[in-house]
Amino acid sequence: MKKILVSGKVEGIVLKSENPINFLGTVDKKTGIISDQNHDLYQKSLKDTVLVFPSGVGSSVGAYTIYSIKSNESAPLAMICKKADLTVATGCALANIPLITISDEEFALIKNEMKISFDTDSNLLDYS
Amino acid sequence: MELTKDEESALKGEQGEIMQMAYRILVATGEATDAEKLVPIEWAHLSGVNYNTIGDAGEEFLSSISKDARVKVKTTLNPMGFDIDNVKNYGLDENFISKQLSIRNSYETMGVIPSFSCIPYEIFDIPKDGTQVAFAESNAAIHANSYDNLKTNKESAFSALASAIVGKSPYSSLRKEDNPNITIRMKVKNPNELTYGMLGFFAGKIGDTSVNISGLNEMDKRQTKAMCGGMGTSGTCAKFIFGEGDSDCEKIDFDEKEIQNVHDELNTAEKGDIITLGSPQLGLDEISDLAGKLKGRSFQKRCMVFMPRTVKDQSTKIGYTTELERAGCEILSDCCTCLSPLISKDNVDAVTTNSIKGAFYLKNSNGVDVNLKSLSQIVEDETR
Repeated sequence: MKKILVSGKVEGIVLKSENPINFLGTVDKKTGIISDQNHDLYQKSLKDTVLVFPSGVGSSVGAYTIYSIKSNESAPLAMICKKADLTVATGCALANIPLITISDEEFALIKNEMKISFDTDSNLLDYS
Repeated sequence: MELTKDEESALKGEQGEIMQMAYRILVATGEATDAEKLVPIEWAHLSGVNYNTIGDAGEEFLSSISKDARVKVKTTLNPMGFDIDNVKNYGLDENFISKQLSIRNSYETMGVIPSFSCIPYEIFDIPKDGTQVAFAESNAAIHANSYDNLKTNKESAFSALASAIVGKSPYSSLRKEDNPNITIRMKVKNPNELTYGMLGFFAGKIGDTSVNISGLNEMDKRQTKAMCGGMGTSGTCAKFIFGEGDSDCEKIDFDEKEIQNVHDELNTAEKGDIITLGSPQLGLDEISDLAGKLKGRSFQKRCMVFMPRTVKDQSTKIGYTTELERAGCEILSDCCTCLSPLISKDNVDAVTTNSIKGAFYLKNSNGVDVNLKSLSQIVEDETR
């Protein structure tokens, strides 16, 4: 764990993207499904996953999308990024979605479908 | 991030729930951007206004916080979903209109100036050099940092709102000096605004917080705004620094090959059913230029032209509005191409536009195809 942006304790299954995510416009704010055909998570749902991706990009209104998918119960359980950007950090802060950043090496080791857990109080990150 | 005693107390909730929420957002922002403290700001510009983007969750959130939250500094506002003067022509349902008006009301209750514009840098006076501001609209943050000598991070909708309520923002990345490690060399000959939009889009993909950029000619406002809009769409980068940069900077050429790549990504149609101009919204200079280009000509299909209300009022006084309407333009204020609920794939297959930012969101959010053309080409091909 490099940084703790929003604290929490989480256990879930990894949904990993190698591409940054532009939450505004490419994530459906009701269903949490990715609508960008050029994205490696096209048509995948973010709901109840531990979403692992490099960072958020694009319009600042994306923070509301994160708040919306949380309100609509379509949000990830937690997010893990290589780099924290303001849209994702503040969206998660308001929606209370735990958010941490990790090193490039750790990011490379985490694979899709892995079981993953972390606890920001004890600074533990576990995946297998 | 170091907080003062007073800031700590607000974060603990001793100054009420609104201040606690605002500080929680600022702390997350500060941690994300390696800030060591909060600094006072003089101006906040908020995104998160269009009901089409923030939805019911956003509308309810704003309605709830507006009971207690008040902004502490001058605060201006991004476009909303429609122009109330002509919304009846566009078949929006009653629910959309009433939710949008509720959002407007919430912001006004909080003390926000209802400017409904994504080009605050063109319609308000620019404060003195080096002033700290908090701009959430991505093209406006890039413009403020690169052309207006202001300092802002690329704020999120929530960090800008929290900054407006607290009157402070984290002292991080772009508020300090930034030394980019990438220099983009503009190599394309005879660029128009579409070329600059693509250049911005390309820069946003490879830049981190800022990029050096060299080889630019004298640019007009349309081209400058297109470049800022393009960069804001594709990345986290929020400043152009003009010049070659340090000798150890990685140098990357922007040439015909890169143009082709962006074109292939965003241009998905040979022609559009309608035309949209504005994303960012058009300023008075652009309206004047457009009115000149359209002298004696008329559009052969629908052409929606988006501008701030203040620009529309000025245009009406000068006579540009009459000229544009004569040429078949639909004039819309308070809203923009980007994430417009007025363009739907139910009745439009493809849109012709000169905006890279508009193209990205029309395709990904509205689900319509896009035909990219420069304004000169649009006027040549689509008017008689």
